[in-house]
Amino acid sequence: MSDIREFDLAETSVRELNRYLHGELRDSDVARISVQNPNGQHSIGAGLDCPVEVEIHGHAGYFIAGMNKQARVTVHGNVGWSVGENMMSGQVRVKGHASESAGASAHGGLLVVDGDASSRCGISLKGGNVVVAGDVGHFSAFMAQAGTMVVCGNAGANLGDSLYEAVIYVGGSIDSLGADAREEPMEASDVETLRGLLSEAGLEGDAENFRRVGSARSLYHWNAEAHQEY
Amino acid sequence: MCGIVGLLIRRAEMRASLGQLAVPMLDCMGDRGPDSAGLAVFEDRVETTGLGFSLYWPGGGDDWDALLQQHRQVAGDEVSLDANADNALLTSLMSPAAVTEWLEQGWPGVDLLSVGSRIRLFKDEGHPRDIASRYGFHSLVGTHLVGHTRMATESMVSPAHAHPFTAGEDFCLVHNGSLSNPNSVRRRLQRRGIAFQTDNDTEAGCRYLEWRMREGDSLEEAIEASFEELDGFFTFLMATADKMVLVRDAFACKPAVVAETEDYVAVGSEFRALAHLPGVAEANVYEPSPQTIYSWSVVEAGSTQTTAVVS
Repeated sequence: MSDIREFDLAETSVRELNRYLHGELRDSDVARISVQNPNGQHSIGAGLDCPVEVEIHGHAGYFIAGMNKQARVTVHGNVGWSVGENMMSGQVRVKGHASESAGASAHGGLLVVDGDASSRCGISLKGGNVVVAGDVGHFSAFMAQAGTMVVCGNAGANLGDSLYEAVIYVGGSIDSLGADAREEPMEASDVETLRGLLSEAGLEGDAENFRRVGSARSLYHWNAEAHQEY
Repeated sequence: MCGIVGLLIRRAEMRASLGQLAVPMLDCMGDRGPDSAGLAVFEDRVETTGLGFSLYWPGGGDDWDALLQQHRQVAGDEVSLDANADNALLTSLMSPAAVTEWLEQGWPGVDLLSVGSRIRLFKDEGHPRDIASRYGFHSLVGTHLVGHTRMATESMVSPAHAHPFTAGEDFCLVHNGSLSNPNSVRRRLQRRGIAFQTDNDTEAGCRYLEWRMREGDSLEEAIEASFEELDGFFTFLMATADKMVLVRDAFACKPAVVAETEDYVAVGSEFRALAHLPGVAEANVYEPSPQTIYSWSVVEAGSTQTTAVVS
């Protein structure tokens, strides 16, 4: 289990690469995949389901490593929308910046963004973990249901709007909290969780200086007397 | 969906390759907008006097010479015409109002696409790749251009509904998104005597901005005012004789990517439209922030200054 296989997307189509990743790879001894010239193309490494290491060298497009199971995918560049969307397990790391909806709807696994993530990062998170070394844009963790989002930098407006049971830790400033999101005290267990995630992501950070954002749970039940004011 | 592209060249020697660099951008964004396309290029027209009028004459490609000869009779000998299939640039000393009237009276099949001392505008139906080849976009030379690939969602597919939209002189706009109040904006402008060519939402946005500029606003001030007046989703990419300006609405659900090097500033809906540009691997590649105006100027000496105005 130590073979390396190289793909040059200037020569091979994403469809051919993904067909290999979904089929032949699983019966082979290949443990590492190196992808050159992604050139902003979409869906590279979507639907992986085996414990392989995938290195993508350059800027990639939308849905990179979407639905990932087991694999460890690293992008040496920026990614477009929805990196690691609906991830089930494994790890996706973006060495540059991530565009909108990074880690959307992830059920498991860890997404790490070394740069900034843009708006709606971790939208509808369902149990996965997202760690961003830089800033996140507006409406991040919108309707996030389970899992943890860590923002080492600053968070944009409406953080955690309509949050369910996911928890957000922010190291920098928060432009504003969304409806039903509230700042909560950092307990010893939060510091421990956060240290674990930062360590897993290979990032430095003073866990004790982060703030915790959780749901006030006031939107869980319809209140006819609230007159739509929350 | 739609795709937008823009390219402003900072290194003067590269201006000869403007079209060559832009064609793959449009072709790639054909995936986002296959039904029609357009492009506005800003040229250095040092050898001509008068204004340039971009004309579109569907099926009229063989008869441009007749139009030129007749225009000479009313406008004198200092008139030139550079024809390219169904599109031509007429250069004339007549005023825009006089040229418009002359076209309406004698040449009802010819549409006036743009007016200005530097702008030349093309738009047509079909795949962007075919349109680029029909009008020879690869040989365009100039300081900057903006282009659009359309997937129509809110008004019909026709050359007139394709982007860029233009109003006034040397101003144009391409748009990815949709406005939700174009009808009220159009009605208010029409009451001020501003004429519209289509029912397209982007035309309403374009004429709104141009009206604000005629009232004395800079383009940046007009955009600030539009945040209150234009409702909807947009990434707007605009160009004037010496600027390329980009802005996304506050919600920012329509994409844009910028790549800047010492040689150029390139804008695309997606990075893959920029992936072929020379030196892009080392470029400063970033996603423009919501409700922030990015403005890049062409400086005559061959370099540009960059300003990003945060609102």
